Amino acid sequence: MKRVLILGATSEVALSLADLLAAKSCEIVLAARNVQRLNPVKADLFVRFGAKVTLYEFDAIETDTHGEFYSGLNPPPDTVVCFLGYLGDHTKALTDWKECSRILTSNYTGAVSILNHVANDFEKRRQGIIVGISSVAGERGRQSNYLYGSAKAGFTAYLSGLRNRLYKSNVHVLTVIPGFMQTKMLEGMNTPKMLTLEPKRAALLINKAIKSKKSVVFISPVWKWIMLTIKNIPEGIFKRLKL
Amino acid sequence: MVSDYITNWNNYPREKSSLRYPVFTQDFSNFWNENSPFIVRGNGRCYGDASLAPSIASTLKFNRILSFDETQGVLSCQSGLMLSDILDLIVPRGWFLPVTPGTRFITVGGAVASDVHGKNHHKEGSFSQHIVSMKILTPKNEVITCSAAQNSEFFWFTCGGMGLTGIILEVTFRLKKIETGYIKQLQIKSGSLDEVLDLFDQFSRYTYSVAWIDCLKKGEHFGRSILMLGEHATVGELNGKKDLYPDSSKTLSVPLYLPSFALNGLSVKAFNGVFYGKNYKREMHSLATYESFFYPLDAILHWNRIYGRNGFVQYQFVVPKDRGKAGVRAILKRISDKGWGSFLAVLKLFGKQEGPISFNMEGYTLALDIPINPKLFAFLDELDIMVKDFGGRIYLTKDARMKPEIFHSTYPNAAKFTSFLSRIDPEKRIISSMSRRLAIK
Repeated sequence: MKRVLILGATSEVALSLADLLAAKSCEIVLAARNVQRLNPVKADLFVRFGAKVTLYEFDAIETDTHGEFYSGLNPPPDTVVCFLGYLGDHTKALTDWKECSRILTSNYTGAVSILNHVANDFEKRRQGIIVGISSVAGERGRQSNYLYGSAKAGFTAYLSGLRNRLYKSNVHVLTVIPGFMQTKMLEGMNTPKMLTLEPKRAALLINKAIKSKKSVVFISPVWKWIMLTIKNIPEGIFKRLKL
Repeated sequence: MVSDYITNWNNYPREKSSLRYPVFTQDFSNFWNENSPFIVRGNGRCYGDASLAPSIASTLKFNRILSFDETQGVLSCQSGLMLSDILDLIVPRGWFLPVTPGTRFITVGGAVASDVHGKNHHKEGSFSQHIVSMKILTPKNEVITCSAAQNSEFFWFTCGGMGLTGIILEVTFRLKKIETGYIKQLQIKSGSLDEVLDLFDQFSRYTYSVAWIDCLKKGEHFGRSILMLGEHATVGELNGKKDLYPDSSKTLSVPLYLPSFALNGLSVKAFNGVFYGKNYKREMHSLATYESFFYPLDAILHWNRIYGRNGFVQYQFVVPKDRGKAGVRAILKRISDKGWGSFLAVLKLFGKQEGPISFNMEGYTLALDIPINPKLFAFLDELDIMVKDFGGRIYLTKDARMKPEIFHSTYPNAAKFTSFLSRIDPEKRIISSMSRRLAIK
């Protein structure tokens, strides 16, 4: 990891990961909507670590711009971490296609669009690491957030296929499946403290998983067992639950 | 919105609040778009209700360094940055905080809102003296830049203004050049209160000074103390024996709430160690790391738990210098006769007053911890009257219980402050439990 592109860099976990990478003298490219918000981060990482950080405007939904965006990165990155994600308003999205479409595009098609460009480039260069941040919500559809969940399920499957395709080209793909994290996405939700991860801790675990070349990693590990249980509830029972 | 019980360092009071953590400057604007009033909170190291309200904007994730000019020693940062983070960055590069309180676990925004003072107040003033400029998001949702020269009314009422003038976004301030991370320390024993009060004058040339007073000692040794003086050590003074900058010291933590007699036990030991220990000399020279000199209690994380779950108050007042000796003597005597206070009190001589609403004034300040008991607040009300009669006042950052009339009659610019606040925040969007209790807003 020398030159890392972080997509969806305004996420708090993304920012914590940027802190860790800057401390290890990585060069960092932060891409996000309204990216000028990240100017203080750029300044901070320079003052603390002398890190070189560049900011790029990037919108997952504007898939037409992705090709130009990626070819504009010069030199290209050797590691890409995709934090793109939008929880959205599930209830609103049930009747409002615009909101629904935004959820699906931000979490799935938009991510696929940009990672296709990355994958093709890495395959050609026969090197690179792709990290996709998915979600436990993608492990089984639940009535409270299945739009977000189905997009994340698609993303998890995409990453799995990508890993399979790129293995022979020396490109590593890591799927990260986080549970609850103490970020703005969940601000206002009463999530159990034991299961809710600090962004700093989440970033540390992601960084560790990248280094150890894991394929799929749940953070924190307890979620692996929770999801295993949830996935094994027979559909006949599951459909009656209020989840 | 999720609510939780929030409390500050002294565990009193506890209030149900919804706490949110803005990350970007733009996130703060959301607070103006809502109807409920709120207060901004840093690391919650005040001793009372200054940073409590039903809705709280925490700055702990708003903590980026914006620039650091290593040749001029000027640092610019977001308001949620902690002094401890700043020290980690600047000390190895030969700079130090211009002013630091007794803990490094406070935010820069908190340092401004309390206009904190340190052991060098008599020579170098409080934190506000070293601010180049600040950016504030006002209750009208406008960002203004202010300094002693620009928007100066805003500037001065923000320094020591307990966060009530707006959201402090960014602060630029001057640092102090140092050659090493060590302090050349001189400890002087004094057998009585009168003696130590005189020693402050005698040793006023020292940059740093503070005294620990033994509150239990009665009779002719009433107020026996240790005066601690310090200067930043030069390279030559280390004699090549040490690295120029010490490693950040390891910290201990108090894992559980302890019964309240524990701290007295600990501090008795610490005090007696110096008083009756190996050192029989009246004066003792030594070399201390900056951490052990400035932040002895930071080495024990969560030392506040030592006072138990009911919490404590820290009573800190200042009395003007001309009647200060009589004032300190009379008030300390009352506290010591009552026998409720901590074993130790901290005494310090302040220099000239700066900000119009800041706590500091030229005179003696005394601080001590008192665990909460049912009769305590009535007793403190009596002490407040004594402080007031001596022309002094109470430190808002340490206050959880003062009556509003005491605040309004002891802070000379209280009326100007409240009228400024009602002008800039007519809809009372920024409110803390303290501002309500003291009828400031």
